[in-house]
Amino acid sequence: MSYALEINGLKKTYDNGFEALKGIDLAVETGDFFALLGPNGAGKSTTIGILCSLVNKSSGSVKVMGYDIDTDFGMAKRRLGVVPQEFNFNQFEKTENILINTAGYYGIPRDQAMPRIEHYLKRLGLWDKRDNPSRALSGGMKRRLLIARALVHQPDLLILDEPTAGVDIELRRGMWDFLTEINSQGTTIILTTHYLEEAEALCRNVSIINQGEIIVHSSTRDLLATLHTVTFVCDLASPVQSVPTIDGYECVLADPMTLEVEVDKGQSLNEVFAALSAHEVSVISMRTKTNRLEELFVSMTSGGAR
Amino acid sequence: MSLANYEEKATDFGNPNWVAYQTIVRTEIRRFTRIWVQTMIPPAITMTLYFIIFGSLIGRRIGEMGGFDYMAYIVPGLIMMSVITNSYANVSSSFFGSKFGRFVEEMLVSPISNQTILLGYVTGGVARAVSVGIIVTILSLFFTHLAIHNIFAVVSITLLTAVLFSLLGFINGVYAKRFDDVSIVPTFVLTPLTYLGGVFFSIDLLPDFWAGVAQLNPILYVVNAFRFGILGVSDISLGWAYGILISMTIVAYVIAVRLLANGAGVRS
Repeated sequence: MSYALEINGLKKTYDNGFEALKGIDLAVETGDFFALLGPNGAGKSTTIGILCSLVNKSSGSVKVMGYDIDTDFGMAKRRLGVVPQEFNFNQFEKTENILINTAGYYGIPRDQAMPRIEHYLKRLGLWDKRDNPSRALSGGMKRRLLIARALVHQPDLLILDEPTAGVDIELRRGMWDFLTEINSQGTTIILTTHYLEEAEALCRNVSIINQGEIIVHSSTRDLLATLHTVTFVCDLASPVQSVPTIDGYECVLADPMTLEVEVDKGQSLNEVFAALSAHEVSVISMRTKTNRLEELFVSMTSGGAR
Repeated sequence: MSLANYEEKATDFGNPNWVAYQTIVRTEIRRFTRIWVQTMIPPAITMTLYFIIFGSLIGRRIGEMGGFDYMAYIVPGLIMMSVITNSYANVSSSFFGSKFGRFVEEMLVSPISNQTILLGYVTGGVARAVSVGIIVTILSLFFTHLAIHNIFAVVSITLLTAVLFSLLGFINGVYAKRFDDVSIVPTFVLTPLTYLGGVFFSIDLLPDFWAGVAQLNPILYVVNAFRFGILGVSDISLGWAYGILISMTIVAYVIAVRLLANGAGVRS
C-alpha cells in the first residue's frame, strides 16, 4: 500500500512552551479524500504548517509521496500543493501573474505555464479577472485563486485548510464538485474544515485531532456507524396540535408542521411510520436533524461519549 | 477541457532553481519600476539638490579638494550614496512587504532553495541600485565633467556595494516586525555613516584620531574606492577597500542564508 502522507511521532513545542503536537502518527493512502478535523487550537494548522515548511517541527518525521521533507525536501514539495486558510498572495499583483510566479517557483517556465494557468482560471471562473489586481477579487474568487495557485504545478497531494470558509452555499457546492473531480483523477486530497457536513459528504477517511493528539482515525462510514442515535425531522402534510405518542421513540413537535423523532441504533423507521399512520399523521418529507459527524465530533472532542 | 492535458508535473521540469531565480528577479524589477515615482524619482531630485547646493553654490567657495574642483570631488560619493540607500531600501522593504502580506509563503512552500530566494532578492536590489546610480550619474553630467579613470574599479565597486547593501537590507527585512523597523537602520545608521564616510570631504582634513575612527566606517572604503575609479584619487588603499568589501559581503551572505535556513522571522 502506498501513502501520500506518512507522519510519525510528530511533535511541536512553540517557544512559549505550548505543546501543539504531542507525537502524532498519521497515514493517508494515495488517492484518498481525507478529512483532518479538530476544534480551534487542536493542532491542525500546525500540522499543515509543518508539512509545507512554514512551521519548524520539534521532532518526528514526515513523508510526502514517499519523500522525506527533511532529506528530500525538493521532491516532497514539488508533489505537494497547499491551499491555506488565509489569503497569502500579493494583493497588488495581477491575478494571472500570481499563478505565473507560483509556476516559476516550481520551475515551470512562463510559456509552459500559460496553458495550465488559462485552464485553471477558466475552470474556476476567474479567467475574466486575470488582469485585475487580486485585491479587487471577491472573497469567493480569492479562495478559488488559492486553489488554482495550489494546483498549477499538478501536485499529487493537495491539502486544503478550511477551503470553503466564508463561501456561499452555491460556490461551496461548486468547489466540492471540482475537488471531487480532481480526486477522481488521482490527486490525493486532505481537507481540514469546520463544515463537518463537508467532510461527511466528500471524505472517505477521517482523523480527529484534539489537544495535539489524534483521537480518531477511521473511515467516515465506520465512524458514523458508531452513532447511537439519529434525529429525523419529518415535514407533515397537515398541522398537528399534540405530539403523537410512539412507544420506544422520543418525539418532539418543533412546530405544528414539523415533528422530530429520535431513532436509536437497532430501532426501525417502519415502526415510526406505522405509528404515525395510526395517528393519521402523514409525512411528506424527512431529513436528519443535525450533521451526524458533527454530533460525533462534539462528543469526542469534549470528552463525552454517546 | 480535461485536466489530463496538464498532467505534466513540477517534477517533470527538472531543477526549479534557475526558473525560480528568474521569476523572483522579474517580480522584483517589476515591483520597483511599477512604483518608479517612489523609487526612481526621489533619489534623482535629492541628488540634483546636492549637486546644486553643495556643488554649485557652496562648492565654489570651497575651491579644490584632492586636486579636483569640489563638485567633481563629491559626485562619486553621491553616486555611491544612491547605490547604498537604494539597494538597501529595495531589499529590506520588499522582503518585509512579502512577510507583512504573507506572500513570502508562496516561496517558502515551494521547492526552491534558500540561496535562490536570497539571490533573487539581491539581484533585484542590485538592479534598482544600478538603475538609480546611472540616473544620478547622468544628472551629474549637467554639473561637471566626469572622466572615468578605471572602469574595472567603477563597475566592480558598484556591484560589490550594491550586493553588500542588498544583503544587509535583506537581513534587516528578516528581523523587521513593523514598517518602522525597515526605516530605523537607514535613518540612524546608514545616513550618518554615509555623511561621515568621506562623501563631502577627504579624511586628510580630519585630526589623526578622528581619521583613525573614520577608517572603521565601511562606507569610507566604498566611497573612496569608487572615487578612485572615477577620479583616480583615494584616501585609502584600493586593496583594503576590496578586501573589506568582499569580506563583509561573504559574512553578510552567510548570515542571510543561515537566517533563511533557520526560518528567522518567517517560520514559527
